Amino acid sequence: MILSKGNLAPDFSLYATPDQKLKLSELRGKRVILAFYPADWSPVCSDQMALYNETLKIFHKHNAEVLGISVDSKWCHMAFAQSRNLHFPLLADFEPKGEVSRLYGAYHEEEGESRRALFVIDEEGIIQWSYLSPDGINPGADGILDALEELSNVKQ
Amino acid sequence: MSSLKPGVNPRDHQLGNAHASITLVEFGDYECPHCGIAHPLIQRLLKEFDGKINFVFRNFPLQEVHPHAYISALAAEAAGKQGKFWKMHDLIFENQLRLNNNFLFELAEDIQLDTERFAKDWKSKDGEEKVEHDFESGVRSGVNGTPGFFINGNQLVGYNETYESLLRPIESKLRIAGV
Repeated sequence: MILSKGNLAPDFSLYATPDQKLKLSELRGKRVILAFYPADWSPVCSDQMALYNETLKIFHKHNAEVLGISVDSKWCHMAFAQSRNLHFPLLADFEPKGEVSRLYGAYHEEEGESRRALFVIDEEGIIQWSYLSPDGINPGADGILDALEELSNVKQ
Repeated sequence: MSSLKPGVNPRDHQLGNAHASITLVEFGDYECPHCGIAHPLIQRLLKEFDGKINFVFRNFPLQEVHPHAYISALAAEAAGKQGKFWKMHDLIFENQLRLNNNFLFELAEDIQLDTERFAKDWKSKDGEEKVEHDFESGVRSGVNGTPGFFINGNQLVGYNETYESLLRPIESKLRIAGV
């Protein structure tokens, strides 16, 4: 079971580049979209990370940053991000492997990969929406946008 | 299964019979090879079901992976200002590997557009807004890659790049409609 709405998002610190770690709590005051995914180098032409890359502008309008997380290493992430021109961080849940994915209930033990799970976290670090996509199905961004919009409405 | 938001409206480019019982919407990227594969399948479908299908194309350019997708979308929109959207649309898909500024301009010449006007419309705010509006509608409708299809407003999930995977759901919808 993945963590659900109302839970405090567990803090973590993971490599976002080969020499820089990113701590979730550093992003307080912003909304954060956590996108756990199984692996870099998906064979599909326009995969999930490529889609989020194109929707960044819409996410930013909602004061939200997106973070991709998989168990791939920081070097693998760097090559993947470069090849797809990704403009958001990919975090390496690499050592101990899958530790953060486990914290969120988003680790697939048999595969040794993160599940395709999405979390929308509000400015105070509380999970406001989460979704577990079936294996192999790209969940798109509509659920994320709906959740962000609902947050904006509640605030007003 | 997601649904189309917003529904088909006068801002959309429509081909076929606007009053048909089947409306097929494609969210596509002019530089995406999978959309290139889908293009002749759709042409075949429209021919086979002449008058029974209304086809709508909305732009879903993935600009970071396909550097010419956005300018191509704008070029088709600009051609549309002179009533030649579909002509440009076809030519772009038929020449997917040659897309760049010069080539797109040549296409505009080939289909005898007023090139001065084309050049202006190609860079216009209006065109950009249309393409971005299309893209956002795709995101909201749950499009997760291209091509993304909707039949009568419902996302098509079984498409696998074969003609049959487009044909079957359309045939069953036609049967239900009793056409």
